[in-house]
This record gives sequence, C-alpha cells and structure tokens, in this order.
Amino acid sequence: MEKKHAVAIEVNGKILRAELPARLTLVDFLRDEARLTGTHVGCEHGICGACSVLFDAQPIRSCLMFAWQADGHRVTTVEGLANADGSPSVLQDSFCETHGLQCGYCTPGMIVAAHALLEENRAPSEAEVRAAIAGNLCRCTGYQQIVDAVLLAASRKK
Amino acid sequence: MMAMRLARPAFLIDINGAADLQGIEVAAETITLGAAVRQRQIERDASLAARLPLLGKALRWVGHAQTRNRGTLGGSIVHADPSAELPLAACVLDATLLLRDTTGETEMPAREFMLAPMVVAIAPEQCLAAIRFPAWTEARSGCAFDEVSLRHGDFAIVGAAAQLALDASGKCVRASLGTSSAPIPQAHAKIAQRLVGTALDDATIADAAADVARAVEPDADLHGSADYRRHLAGVLAKRVLVAARDEARGRR
Repeated sequence: MEKKHAVAIEVNGKILRAELPARLTLVDFLRDEARLTGTHVGCEHGICGACSVLFDAQPIRSCLMFAWQADGHRVTTVEGLANADGSPSVLQDSFCETHGLQCGYCTPGMIVAAHALLEENRAPSEAEVRAAIAGNLCRCTGYQQIVDAVLLAASRKK
Repeated sequence: MMAMRLARPAFLIDINGAADLQGIEVAAETITLGAAVRQRQIERDASLAARLPLLGKALRWVGHAQTRNRGTLGGSIVHADPSAELPLAACVLDATLLLRDTTGETEMPAREFMLAPMVVAIAPEQCLAAIRFPAWTEARSGCAFDEVSLRHGDFAIVGAAAQLALDASGKCVRASLGTSSAPIPQAHAKIAQRLVGTALDDATIADAAADVARAVEPDADLHGSADYRRHLAGVLAKRVLVAARDEARGRR
C-alpha cells in the first residue's frame, strides 16, 4: 500500500481535507476527489494550459504539481470564479456573448488566464490579452473570439 | 520530467519548503539568488531589474505566466534544456553555482556545469543551493536577449544574449556574449574579449557575429539544420550586440 499524506487545501473558499498518495497531481485531486470537473486535463505535461487554476491567486498549471504540495495553500478553479450565487461572472458571460468557445475544452484554462490578467491589468490592450493567453492552446483555433471576450469583459468592468 | 514520463524516481523530496534556497541577496559586488527563487519573483523584483537586467530580459522569453509562477531559477539551470534561456543567461553573466551536500558547499562556474542536453556536472548527492552573479558596476552598460522560436514561449531554436559596458568616451571596457542551441549554451569569451577596447562600431560587431557563427557547432533536429542554426547564431549575436551597445550608449 502506498503511503498517504494528510492535506488541508482551500479550494474555492472551502477547506478540503484528504489523505492523498504522493504522486496524485493537483488536477486529478480537483477532478476526482473534489469532484470539480470544470478544470480540464489536456496534455498532462504543461503545454496546453487546459488545467490552469489559481494557486494563491496566481495562475499555474495544476497538472505540473502534486496535490499535497498545495497543502495549506489556496486554490481557485473556474467554478470558483463564478458569482457568489453561481451565475456566470462578467468574464464568463463575455465568453458566451462573443462566442468565445467552440468545443469548450480550453475554456476553463482561458478563463483562469484571462481572470489573472484582468486582476492585474484592468484595461489590457489586444496584444496584452494575446500574451496572457499564449500559454493556453485552443485546438478549434477560435482565438479571435476569445480575445474579443476578454476585451469585452474589460470594457464591461470599467 | 515526470509529467513527460521521462523519469519516475523511486523517492521524491520536495525542496520547495527549504527556506535557505529562497534567498535574494543583493550586495555591492555580487547578487546571490537561492535555487528555489521563482522566475516570476525575479521578473517582478525592482532591485534585480536594476542590478541584473539580463535575467529579466531572458525571462520575457521563458514559458508563460502559468509556468513562471511555479518555475524556479535553479530548476531551469539543473534541468539544462539546451535551448532554455536562464542557463544561457547564467553562462553569459559568468555566474557561479553553489552546490551543496552533507559535507559542505562547492562552487562551479555555470560555464562548466552543462555537459550535454539535460546532463550537468552535479553529483547524485548534491543539490544546487544558490546561483551567484557578478554585479556589473560600470556606469554605462547595456544588455540584450533575443531568440528565434516557432511561437513566443516555445523552446528557442537559437537564443543569444550579450552584456556590454562602455567608458566615458564610448569605448568598450567589458563584454560578455553567448548563444544557445543544442547541445549546450556557449559563452563566447574569446570573441567577447576582442570587443574590449573597440568603439563597438557596426563593422566590429559584424566581425564578432561572423566569428560566433563559425564557433558554434549546433545539432540539427526537425526544426532546423545545423547550418540554419549556425546562421541564426550569427544573426542573433549581431542583434544582441547592437541592442546592448545602443542601450549602453543611452540611445534607448
């Protein structure tokens, strides 16, 4: 039997306690243990960005760290970016408005990356938006509408 | 390495919690960064931007915000991807690596650390503890980092970095130059030394860049032949030397 490690991780404002094997990745913990399937598993080696979450408010790849390394830290997934009543945030709604998704696989990662950008820069240029989502792959290649969504969200938040 | 299924070590030791790997010490002659200092932290540190500007310029090419938030300086150097920006910057700046084991600390020049792609001169029982950079204190200095990759944030096909210092008359008093492409990043110390004492006019820089193209022995892969990489090394060497010189002259 593999040894398990006790952790307490704050996920979307709630402390989750679990006993986890050392090699369980953070994204597998979020999806399989915390049942938060908004965060997607794409390439599983740090290239595609689908698994992006906020770790202590900074965007990271949750496939590139082990869940127990988040012990004592704060994780926010795409579910945690919605409004308190569960309705879509301004940014999330902007993705709907501009048709900023086709298959939707990259969308949670795009929203996390864009959220982190807008937290630091309330009025980004198109180039700044493109740089912020450069680490997120959209295999539908729908980048233009994604950029439009982020710019729309920035203008709505003014 | 584990995510790529290239390694499955029997034991895992997390060094993220080791406080003595996280220090940033800015002294008069040297700047010492703990191996576990995050790339994003270096990027956002104003004193490092002022004292060690080449590192910040190199980081603009490193991955994405999501990877730089977790990625460390020491991790990049010991991983030793031949196209990585931070190992090249460490070579160009002639950094010293502090390697620690249970018996104490040994020092090794970054320029001797990388042996082959992802192969470094570290013993199994050693851990990279810190990286010490010499501070350039010349009043007029400039630096530049440039690379060619398929997309921004991708691995570089070839990268180049330079740092130059001038005296009051505009003559070069200190020069450092390097290029990266497989098998390992290279500091072109002799070529850089020949720039010292010159006025760094365009012809001198073009000669040095041509020397760089002759000095590199790049590997070929599906992204480019050895000849293409040799050509890029020359082009990029010229670009970074011109940009560093112009910054030192105060043109931008």
